[in-house]
Amino acid sequence: MTRDVPPLDSSRNVANTSRHEIQSVPGEALISLHDVHVGFEDREVLQGISFDVAHGETKVLLGETGTGKTLIMKLAAGLIQPDSGRVLVMGHDVSEMPEKELLHFRRSIGFVFQEGALFDSMTVSDNVSFRLREEAMDETEIEERVREALRFVEMEHALEKFPADLSGGMRRRVSIARALVDRPPVVLYDSPTAGLDPVTSQTIITLILRGRDLQDVTALLATHRVQDAFGLANFRFDKASGHVVALAGNGKSGLAQSLAEREEAADGGRERNPTQPTNVLVLRDGKIYFEAPADELLGTKDEYLKKFLASAE
Amino acid sequence: MLDSDVGKSDASRFRLGTLRIGTALAPKIFRGCLLDAARISRYAFVDSAQAAHSARHASPNMPEASATSSLTAVLGDVLKRQVAAVQDYTLLTVQAMRCMFSPPYYWLDTLEQMDIVGVGSLPIIIVAGLSIGGVLVLQTAAQFQRFGETALTGDAVSLALVRELGPAVTALLVSGRNASGMASELGSMVVTEQVDAMRALGTDPIRKLMMPRVIATVLMVPLLTVVFDFVGLCGGFLVAYSTLRLGAVQFWTRAINSLDIGDVVQGLTKPVVFGLIIATVGCYCGLRVRGGTQGVGRATTTAVVISSVCALVADFFLSRLLLYLFQ
Ligand SMILES: Nc1ncnc2c1ncn2[C@@H]1O[C@H](COP(=O)(O)OP(=O)(O)O)[C@@H](O)[C@H]1O
Ligand SMILES: [Mg+2]
Repeated sequence: MTRDVPPLDSSRNVANTSRHEIQSVPGEALISLHDVHVGFEDREVLQGISFDVAHGETKVLLGETGTGKTLIMKLAAGLIQPDSGRVLVMGHDVSEMPEKELLHFRRSIGFVFQEGALFDSMTVSDNVSFRLREEAMDETEIEERVREALRFVEMEHALEKFPADLSGGMRRRVSIARALVDRPPVVLYDSPTAGLDPVTSQTIITLILRGRDLQDVTALLATHRVQDAFGLANFRFDKASGHVVALAGNGKSGLAQSLAEREEAADGGRERNPTQPTNVLVLRDGKIYFEAPADELLGTKDEYLKKFLASAE
Repeated sequence: MLDSDVGKSDASRFRLGTLRIGTALAPKIFRGCLLDAARISRYAFVDSAQAAHSARHASPNMPEASATSSLTAVLGDVLKRQVAAVQDYTLLTVQAMRCMFSPPYYWLDTLEQMDIVGVGSLPIIIVAGLSIGGVLVLQTAAQFQRFGETALTGDAVSLALVRELGPAVTALLVSGRNASGMASELGSMVVTEQVDAMRALGTDPIRKLMMPRVIATVLMVPLLTVVFDFVGLCGGFLVAYSTLRLGAVQFWTRAINSLDIGDVVQGLTKPVVFGLIIATVGCYCGLRVRGGTQGVGRATTTAVVISSVCALVADFFLSRLLLYLFQ
């Protein structure tokens, strides 16, 4: 699973991230939902969802299709409004914010849509530079940033292609580049691996790992694949070598001893808080069915969760 | 039975059978509309996601109605939806108008739309103009010949085209070509979440997508109408020359002299309004698409039908108004 990836020019990242004001101290929740309800004519899809995503954390939202993962992502970005409950992002109540302020506010949130949602009338580079152009950034800087973002997702060769000419995985990667180009402190990944083959899915997870471990983004990842959760829990991106390395043995099989080893591995000057495991939320029937670190999910006795794990075999 | 909070006190006083339906319905419709209005205006930006938000509460707003009598409930629901749609459309249009007074503007997109609406429609406008001008002469020539006044064909063609046929036919053609195009393009963008993606990237789809289309159409339809009028007169002249042996000077002087300022104002005011109707209805239908590809198809049809019919109805009232002003 160790992959070669070009190292990212990380000296610029710090400076760029500071463009967005994060009204929160490290460790505090950057995204939090309080008893959120969303219903449609026939039924209530979300029936009281509450959770927090701490600063620097990448939380996994696991659920079958149709359980409302996309809805939660859209709520967090203020794209839809809850019927009741509060949605706080970086200390702002997005469920109360008028659209005009939200438009501005969303510039510090990266959103990767389920199907990519690339603008199909624009080239890859225009897609990625969309937000920068809106901010009337200097053209040479836009060019530089777009290249950097596309290099990050290993899509630099496709600058002038149109989305229709790309494969599903490539489109997803461009979509990640578009969401990350402005270095938002919060990123929402809506089912980034849905409909992709296992190898491509792994590439996408690697990108998310890099975002987490190099850029210190706070992220919420919706997925129906339990493998994605383990990918995030058991691997980290090593800045020095530019590789993804396993935190414990070789992935799932060595999970029993994982916690101890992880702490060991993480002690060597990691920027990510080593005591912060990857937390998994399992959605079921509009409620949060399970919330715990990924390792606990593996040792579960619960029938429903076992079904999930079985699907990963 | 009339347990809606608004209707309760009134209802006990009006227990007459005939009044009952009315009193039962009115508060519900009214309350539902108010709720919708409150919802929509709260978000200021009336957009697909929020329209869905208000729409999905359309029925829970009036559960009492369905419990008592299904007919009134259904009627009320239908009526309410129509009223809500008109209201939604109005809000969207007002929102778009308001965008005109503050930056950012998307001039490049506007230019592109002007090319699509204006230059793109030229071929059909020219062909249609030539045919209609020609047909006008063909149909009227026999009458004028009977009275030996063939020179009047110039007047007839010119007045009919500039006052009425030019604006109306241009509007119908542009509506068929561009209202449908806008609805399907924006609709596909909604369905594939591109509109949401735009909002997520901090760009207002009304400014970026709707405004350029509205401005371009409002500017282009009058120009296309002028082209249509001119080409129509050319078509008329060609037919008049070949069938009635009417001279060029005779035809064109009569054609031009028969027009006064009122006709020209009328002929140029109407297309502006038609352009506004076509673009706003097309964009509205597109931005409100629900239900995947099928929804896009429905929206496209609706956009053409509604914008054409609205343009023709507006034509009637505008004609009435302008004739009153200039005579
Ligand atoms: N606009 C809508 N109108 C009606 N129902 C909707 C709408 N959007 C979502 N839903 C319903 O909400 C549920 C959750 O949808 P979604 O969040 O897309 O699920 P997921 O992303 O987990 O697959 C689905 O069952 C769907 O039927
Ligand atoms: Mg989804």
